[in-house]
Amino acid sequence: MYAFEYLRANTLAEAVAMLAQHPEAKLLAGGQTFIPTLKARLAQPSHVIDLARVKELVGIDVSGGVVSMGAMTRHIEVAASAEVRKAIPALSALAFEIGDLQVRNRGTLGGSVANNDPAADYPAAVLALNAVIVTNQREIKADDFFQGMFATTLAEGEIVTRIRFPAPKRAAYSKFHHPASGYAMAGAFVAETAGGVRVAITGAGASGVFRWPAAEAALTKNFAASALEGLSVAKDGCLADLHAGADYRAHLAGVMTRRAVTQITG
Amino acid sequence: MTKIAFTINGKPAAADVEGRTLLVDLIREELRLTGTHVGCDTSQCGCCTIHMDGVAVKSCAVLAAQADGATILTIEGLASGDKLHPVQQAFTECHGLQCGFCTPGMIMTAVALLKDHPNPSEAEITKGLEGNLCRCTGYVNIVKSVQRAAELMR
Repeated sequence: MYAFEYLRANTLAEAVAMLAQHPEAKLLAGGQTFIPTLKARLAQPSHVIDLARVKELVGIDVSGGVVSMGAMTRHIEVAASAEVRKAIPALSALAFEIGDLQVRNRGTLGGSVANNDPAADYPAAVLALNAVIVTNQREIKADDFFQGMFATTLAEGEIVTRIRFPAPKRAAYSKFHHPASGYAMAGAFVAETAGGVRVAITGAGASGVFRWPAAEAALTKNFAASALEGLSVAKDGCLADLHAGADYRAHLAGVMTRRAVTQITG
Repeated sequence: MTKIAFTINGKPAAADVEGRTLLVDLIREELRLTGTHVGCDTSQCGCCTIHMDGVAVKSCAVLAAQADGATILTIEGLASGDKLHPVQQAFTECHGLQCGFCTPGMIMTAVALLKDHPNPSEAEITKGLEGNLCRCTGYVNIVKSVQRAAELMR
């Protein structure tokens, strides 16, 4: 690991001031991606700003059909929250499928979403549930937030503070785990929301999480796995690496979508 | 450098650490508690699992500076004198190890798992131990050990 100075923010204002003062600083949330990244010398921040004690970033609030969670909410808290499970069972199920026990104990919602790993789970939920990403500067719609692999619309000095998930009528997440890393080879989050059916695919896209409009249209007409027969994700936009080719991931995205629909319809 | 104070295995401790110092390196190199192992460089193997404020974490994916004020438990803190913790006892009885390198992490994760699931199913055990890799034999006797530990703790 390259040397850096560790800073601990106690309030959001402090974290914002630290970022402004140190343009080469990076934020530390749960650290389950960031610390391994530092260990591999893939990042060289001048300062690392620890958000763990920032009170404004914690807490789960469920009211008026909306699940609002602080950016520092750990995966284990989402998986274990009876309130979240009641309001959006697919979201707590997704949290329980992230990484492993130790990772879930540390990793955070805000960290995952801000990092936008193309195989991370939360981006699929954020996009399919039409969530709102709240930052210290503004509110960002999920459709505008994700900008490609590891890229988001977050500006310099902008910190994700909360994410608001409107509870859908029904939803499910189905994921094909990479057998070693636990990341999604392909994962599909299917939700019937107030604004219609939304299908988000993670793990498969060469540009990160994406919506699958053809599947959304088919499910709008007929919310059944059979409605997806003959539809497939275009392999041109899919990720190819040593784990799997683009055609394999495109196929898997379809399978995961059908499984998610079947989970919902029974 | 950052000054930190914490509790480890019931005793107070303090250190002055560089930002980049990993918690596992503080535990092994400074405190000389070498029961916590480092089996990989990528935070995948789980050998370095400890408990921080009561939950299992990979100490190679936590900065030492983050442990300020924390309560830490390592494998050295499990036994009461000569009396092994039931999970240690069960791994001994069921031959839940071969080379033993992954064992401290396996045991720390299993202890955490059994707190939440005092009577775990085989599926709950394998799911709970997903973050711990054994490269000797497979996991059959490890799962048996956790089941036996659950019996001993009832």
